[in-house]
Amino acid sequence: MSAHDQGHHDMHGHHEDGQDHGSFGSYMIGFILSVILTAIPFWLVMTGYFASPQTTAIVILGFAIVQIVVHMIYFLHMNTRSQGGWSMMALIFTLILVVITLSGSMWVMYHLNTNMMPGMTHDMSQMP
Amino acid sequence: MATASPIDPAFLDQDGNPLFHLDHEPHHPEGSSTALGFWIYLMSDCLIFACLFATYGVLGGNYAAGPGPRDLFDLPLVALNTAMLLFSSITYGFAMLAMEKNRAGATQGWLAITGLFGLAFLSIELYEFSHLIHEGATPMRSGFLSAFFTLVGTHGLHVTFGCIWLVTLMVQIARKGLIPANQRRLMCLSMFWHFLDVVWIGVFTFVYLMGMLR
Repeated sequence: MSAHDQGHHDMHGHHEDGQDHGSFGSYMIGFILSVILTAIPFWLVMTGYFASPQTTAIVILGFAIVQIVVHMIYFLHMNTRSQGGWSMMALIFTLILVVITLSGSMWVMYHLNTNMMPGMTHDMSQMP
Repeated sequence: MATASPIDPAFLDQDGNPLFHLDHEPHHPEGSSTALGFWIYLMSDCLIFACLFATYGVLGGNYAAGPGPRDLFDLPLVALNTAMLLFSSITYGFAMLAMEKNRAGATQGWLAITGLFGLAFLSIELYEFSHLIHEGATPMRSGFLSAFFTLVGTHGLHVTFGCIWLVTLMVQIARKGLIPANQRRLMCLSMFWHFLDVVWIGVFTFVYLMGMLR
């Protein structure tokens, strides 16, 4: 393979894949956003800013989701063009599975716990 | 009619009729699909972590009359750990930018700094684990602690292997320079490293911060 051939392939692959390696600016934007999005949840929990733990939990979960998106865009360079869109398809498929796994497990096991409470046993004793 | 969307000549036969199969594999440059393959590996890794998170979500409240998150977790230490991983992410980014400019020395330097931040993260995590075990909060103590050690330990194991991989690549670059194969490997480790940081966002939010709210 000649040097020219090599160079051609490199440049070609670069644009065809839509591989984006980011720039100094995009890394710094991602870093600063991540620092802010990390610091605020820690501060909220450490100072107990919201009186209700439930409110705090919802807010910090929101910050986590935003920070994950920031990392995906600025550090992992995710976009709909990379690898002809297949990276994004794999990501969406995985996210669906993650949501089913997490919410499904919590939902089923929460109801299992509730129904296995000692208070429920008298119902069972009346069973034939 | 066909002028609006010209069909790739690879999909036409000699007479210009569309082909429904390819006569010959179109040429792909070597390693062009590595990024996608590695991404799919990361997605399967993501599912492992999803299962561990689900396990922690289910078992996280089963203290078996033992210590709970409030008694065990030290948030300033977790914040320090988070900072280490975040710094390692940005320094890896700088290593990739140096690689783009074909500066092997700068790449090596940033990789070394990234590795040190990774080791700092691991040291702090091991200190935390040994502290917990010393206090009697072992993985055997309760369902909560089993799930905690499995989830956080699996993440730590990934970071350990990331560090080993990083040292391997530094040796490779020292010996062969920034050849295309090494650039590809650096890009894969970049995805791996940033992915671990994404998982850590879930860990510190779901395990540590929400644990303190229980």
